Amino acid sequence: MSFISEVWGFLIERKKFWLFPVVIILGVFGGLIVLSQGSAIAPFVYTLF
Amino acid sequence: MTYVLGISALYHDSAAALLRDGEIVAAAQEERFTRIKHDPRFPAEAIAYVMDEAGIQLDDVDHVVFYDKPFLKFERLLETYLATVPRGFNSFRMAMPVWLREKLFLKDLLTKELRRIQKGFKDDKLRFAEHHISHAASAFFPSPFEEAVVLTVDGVGEWATTTVGIGKGNELKIQKELHFPHSLGLLYSAFAYFTGFKVNSGEYKVMGLAPYGEAKYKDLMLSNLVDLKDDGSFRLNQAYFNYTSGLTMTNKAMEELFGQPVRKPESEDLTQFHMDVAASVQAVTEEIMLRITRSLATEYGIPNLCLAGGVALNCVANGKILRDGAFERVWVQPAAGDAGGALGAAQALWYMELQEPRKTNGKDTMRGAYLGPAHSDAEITGELDRAGAVYEMLDEAEMVAQTAQALADGKAIGWFQGRMEFGPRALGGRSILGDPRSETMQKMLNLKVKYRESFRPFAPSVLREDVAAWFELEEDSPYMLLVADVREDIRRAMTAEEQALFGIDKLNVKRSEIPAVTHVDYSARIQTVHQDTNPKYHALISRFKALTGCPIVVNTSFNVRGEPIVCTPTDAFKCFMGTDIELLVIGNCVLRKEAQDQSLKENYESKYELD
Repeated sequence: MSFISEVWGFLIERKKFWLFPVVIILGVFGGLIVLSQGSAIAPFVYTLF
Repeated sequence: MTYVLGISALYHDSAAALLRDGEIVAAAQEERFTRIKHDPRFPAEAIAYVMDEAGIQLDDVDHVVFYDKPFLKFERLLETYLATVPRGFNSFRMAMPVWLREKLFLKDLLTKELRRIQKGFKDDKLRFAEHHISHAASAFFPSPFEEAVVLTVDGVGEWATTTVGIGKGNELKIQKELHFPHSLGLLYSAFAYFTGFKVNSGEYKVMGLAPYGEAKYKDLMLSNLVDLKDDGSFRLNQAYFNYTSGLTMTNKAMEELFGQPVRKPESEDLTQFHMDVAASVQAVTEEIMLRITRSLATEYGIPNLCLAGGVALNCVANGKILRDGAFERVWVQPAAGDAGGALGAAQALWYMELQEPRKTNGKDTMRGAYLGPAHSDAEITGELDRAGAVYEMLDEAEMVAQTAQALADGKAIGWFQGRMEFGPRALGGRSILGDPRSETMQKMLNLKVKYRESFRPFAPSVLREDVAAWFELEEDSPYMLLVADVREDIRRAMTAEEQALFGIDKLNVKRSEIPAVTHVDYSARIQTVHQDTNPKYHALISRFKALTGCPIVVNTSFNVRGEPIVCTPTDAFKCFMGTDIELLVIGNCVLRKEAQDQSLKENYESKYELD
């Protein structure tokens, strides 16, 4: 719960409410990707991290 | 007493730094303890070390500061993916698992790891500093200046890639920023990738390769890739880059622009083309840095400049900024990369949030960057005995005399003294030394000791009082972060035939009285050695000067290619036995290769993954 309130606080602070649905959708989408594979492999280019 | 622990981790070069009432007690990179180069994991061992150095437990630490803000970084990732939909899907697919499992929950992860060190660690002690604030703080607060312009330039932090701040007393305010994807660090990394080197570790090889080439492509780069303004601000033309949405740095358009594909690392030879590309990107970098610094000097009228961020490790550009004279004094944080963020994050909290006073006395507070572990005589002999080493314990004067004589005899020396350096450079604490007058030293050290590419240059350590007699440099350069030319009268004129040589062939030409540390363009990456910060090293070089008339030694880091710099006497002994180092000096213990049990030799060349 503290994580969600921190994310909410962050979006308010940054005034990026429009990111909220994006976070939800991408979170679900990303969650599916996580569930569908075994290990988290860090990609090669560091800007992605 | 108030203790502040700074941590950088989970991206590359994890590190920990500890402040006691604002004073730097200790700082070290995790790679030195785990023996994994650029180790990005939580720096448990580095934290244990810095607390041990201070004689405290984690309970005694009042604040823990992480060096960047994960939510802001995630915001940048999401907005970048949205901007590049659907091209970025592959990259998104690769990045999300790491983020959704780990990085987004960084506070929980850090708390969990810190509770492993000490049960009951309270997460309200945990703070986060912005990436570039951490860099800027590491550049300004330990600097010798009361007031300075603070410039940070790197690949990318959260959004910022370049920031300008003004530091005064205990205040540091960011004035302006350039944002991702427009990044000088990423431009340089893109060409490290294009010329077949690893992103994030091969950039300094590009810098070393540049003097072999001509900057033939500088105009091509400036007219196609970089929209550069008079004040040094710029935009990168993303049509040629792939790092926002893909898993490579450059794309097909870049290959078409240069008429050559990306070089395959290790299997494909470096050609004159790659050297010219390296020279060109170096020239573009210098052009951008000089425009920025000139414009900042005019805008703010402050004579002091502090630098940090990965690009500040580009000592060739730093030397040009200094010689350009727009700023009277330039100070570069020795751990300018992300490891230094641990120190900066802690100092940002101490001065900016806790508002503690800051005093300056004309000297920096990095203590020569000797901020890592030291070993007592008993620890050294204990480790050497366990390793089966044969050694002789001398008094200090005799140790210095014998080592200087071995240097003068042309031997490669492993030199392990006092506290380990913080940052990427070995500064006479964990170094391999040689005679700079030798014509064969550079090749021998590269191929038989370091097992690395033969084009790589070596740096000189010179007595501070003698620097101006040998190099075109008057200033201190204790951290090996300034490049200057060897003086004209030390140089040897090349014959017309030698002048006509190109690329690596030029390396074999004797270019000065100190060929082992003179690069093909007569430049040298200089470390000035100071009696007050490293008296033993100063004594050794002084003795070498008494024997030979030369106040300079070759100084390269004590490791082989791909290996982190040695940390303990055991690491040093292993490296000694795995390479052609002929004499190893640890504290006052002297080890000769011929006296060792030859069965302890191991194949060291293939032990570490190439960097």
